[in-house]
Amino acid sequence: MEGLRVSDANLIVYVHPSKANRVSQAILRELSSLLFKFNEIFDGVVLAYDVDIPSKDAKILPGIHPYFGVRLKAKLLLFSPKPNMLIEGKVVKLAQESIHIVVLGFSSAIITDEEIRGEFKYKIKHGEAVFVSRSHKRHVIKVGTMIRFLVKSLDEEILHISGSLNPPHTGSILWLDKKLEDASPSSRSTKKRRENGESREMQEHDTVDGGVFSLDNSHHIKKSKKRKISEES
Amino acid sequence: MGVELATDRAGFHEMEEVNFSDSELVYHVRHALQSVPLGDSDSYDQLIGVLHHKERLAPDEVALLVTSLKALSGAVSCIDMVHHKSLLSSIFGMSLWNYGPDVMDALLELILSLAASSGNYLDCSLDMLVSNFMPPYSLLDFLKQPRGLARKDQVLSRVHSTLKDIADLVPLAPSRLVPIVIQRMPNVFTKEPLIMIYVENMLRLEGGAIRELVGNMMLVALMDRLVDLDVEIAWEEVLQDDCSKGIFEMELEDMEEPADDVENDGGELHRGSLSRKSLGGNLIAEKLDSLMVLTFEHLESCEAGGRLIEVFETLVLSFQTTVLNAFKSKFAQFVMFYACALDPENCGVRFARVLADFFVCSTFPPLNRMSAVAYLASYLSRGKFLTASFVANILERLVVWCLEYCKIHDGDINPKAHQVFYSGCQAIMYVLCFRMRSMMNVPHLRSQLLLLPLETILKHPLSPLKVCLPSIVEEFLRQAKAARLFTVSETFIFSDLLESELSRAFGGIERLDMFFPFDPCLLKKCDRFIRPNFVYWSMIRTTYDDGEDSSDEEPAEDYEASHPDDVMNDDAMARSYDSHDLELDEFDHSMNKMSITPKNSLYYRFGDELKVQMPSRIRPSTSPESL
Repeated sequence: MEGLRVSDANLIVYVHPSKANRVSQAILRELSSLLFKFNEIFDGVVLAYDVDIPSKDAKILPGIHPYFGVRLKAKLLLFSPKPNMLIEGKVVKLAQESIHIVVLGFSSAIITDEEIRGEFKYKIKHGEAVFVSRSHKRHVIKVGTMIRFLVKSLDEEILHISGSLNPPHTGSILWLDKKLEDASPSSRSTKKRRENGESREMQEHDTVDGGVFSLDNSHHIKKSKKRKISEES
Repeated sequence: MGVELATDRAGFHEMEEVNFSDSELVYHVRHALQSVPLGDSDSYDQLIGVLHHKERLAPDEVALLVTSLKALSGAVSCIDMVHHKSLLSSIFGMSLWNYGPDVMDALLELILSLAASSGNYLDCSLDMLVSNFMPPYSLLDFLKQPRGLARKDQVLSRVHSTLKDIADLVPLAPSRLVPIVIQRMPNVFTKEPLIMIYVENMLRLEGGAIRELVGNMMLVALMDRLVDLDVEIAWEEVLQDDCSKGIFEMELEDMEEPADDVENDGGELHRGSLSRKSLGGNLIAEKLDSLMVLTFEHLESCEAGGRLIEVFETLVLSFQTTVLNAFKSKFAQFVMFYACALDPENCGVRFARVLADFFVCSTFPPLNRMSAVAYLASYLSRGKFLTASFVANILERLVVWCLEYCKIHDGDINPKAHQVFYSGCQAIMYVLCFRMRSMMNVPHLRSQLLLLPLETILKHPLSPLKVCLPSIVEEFLRQAKAARLFTVSETFIFSDLLESELSRAFGGIERLDMFFPFDPCLLKKCDRFIRPNFVYWSMIRTTYDDGEDSSDEEPAEDYEASHPDDVMNDDAMARSYDSHDLELDEFDHSMNKMSITPKNSLYYRFGDELKVQMPSRIRPSTSPESL
């Protein structure tokens, strides 16, 4: 999934004098206030932080309230979806006119019917609304499916993404990954092995969805995968 | 799937008497929306016209409205903030209360689609839902009928389920909802039914599906509003009978009564008339009363659901920031009291500890600490649900703190400089006025009490006995003497003064020396919640009133003659308190069989029957002398 990155930030937190005896608590509180909000300086939404205070010295800010500035180094996990990035999320509602998705458990996204490529047909199957691909019967999107889609825009205040399923390499992740395997000219036994690897990777996606830190590995894998996909198409 | 639009008054002329499928309708509405920027707004205007029908809709109009709303939910992506302003404002201006269930469902579906379609409409959608917490003004009377209640249920259950649906689709929505709910909260001057229904909704959010995200803030906002209402009621209004003496009567109602008890001059009667007269016709007090009852009921439901402890944590935090800081809050604190009464082992204990922690923590401002210890003293005295041993433990903590203070500080009486210390001493004495007898009856508490270094503190050169309220000091000394807990060689002549120059001085202009927050609650509807858990001074058997039961009976009988209803309650309460007391005794005796005295073994042998059937008149004395 694109749009996630880890940044090293050098920060100065100004601590109110009343918090002087609980500095580390005050710093964590200050950093926590950044969470789940879009921050223009970081150009993204802070999802997690890991803070390190290298020096015990702080600079006192002269004034009526002698705030003191504590320098710190923080690793920030940032989510900054930009137009034309591919991101992933879970379908929470599906109607003929729109698909509603939740990304990483906190950001809502919508794909309107103009952004759903003509390949997908809206159907009611066993009382459940689904989008089924006309050319690949197995390619199904329903409530609960993890899908990969293209970012069109982001409302920074509400963290609302509007997305698109127009590009061919978007849709149900499960199906896309399967298709990738089938396309690769490999023997059945290696495919089996791959499948195992694939399911492990899927789990990794799931943890990403929960908003957990490390995901550099899967990021790489996906990058290469995407290249493959684009070579194909 | 087709919907027939057989109407000639209706919006879309070109659609008349034709069957359309849902998707065709959606297409049509989209077309209408898209042609607005191009200058063709006929269909669009018709659409808005449909949305404005609300009075007495004919079935076909209802059908048209439902169809239009459904079609709009399908066409949400074509709605533009700028070009379709009037459409949006008519949608968000619709009130669910005016329509039947079909229209409500369609409208809420549209609201849900709007909220989830783009960040722009989220706030407006939430705002629209929150504004539907209350019915339009014109429907207030309708609400009193059974049909109105049914409508209320229809509207509110839908509103809340839609809020949850929005939270499912837009996970960050609850964080936007909270400020909207708080901002839209009616002020203290709003009519009672409206504010009631709004608070009902807030509590529903607190107990509902998204409570983890919004619940805390709902409780905090509610407490804030209770305090707002509380401060609107002036102390003078609380007491209307005698303006010149007002405050003291209210504050020291229970302080005066020991004298009444002895002199049999009808103290009970006085209190009865006080609680009945006061606050009658005070609209704000009635609102507060009703809201408090709502809150109590909510606390009960939390208790039933097993989450009172978690709710209580929020209440404690909010108490510390609002009630404790409010200048002499009068009623709002009873929310805490009732929560404690529901779960004495957890909440009751927690509350006392929080207050004690607050008092002993030197980083808080002195006035807040004094206020905290006033709450603590009043709470420990009035909470019927608190065990004597727990009260003794907290008392011990206060005594230890006072002792430390005495060790560090020297010098003479100085009410201003040592105000926190004096308030601590007064709290100790006040609690002992209420609890000394019950503690003295339990051997291990008795020894615990006798070991407390009260003497060191009270006879310290800072002379708390001279500074604290004379009425409390007097009552304390009298009981302490009877219990042989503490005697003074110096004679204090107070001549029944309620307060003195020095006590006024340590209380400061805030008069925290005279602050007894859990004095009897004068709100009528709250009374039935508080009364069973409350210790009235009239129930207290002091250490000196030995065998005075017969004389106690007399004023009560006098009173009964004039107020038959009221006294029944009071008497029953007093009796139940006594039996509770005996139970406690018995428990402690069985724990300490070695020290059973003849009197106590009598209790023990006769067992339960004794507790229930023994008439108060010949109830054996439990004074320390007989131990």
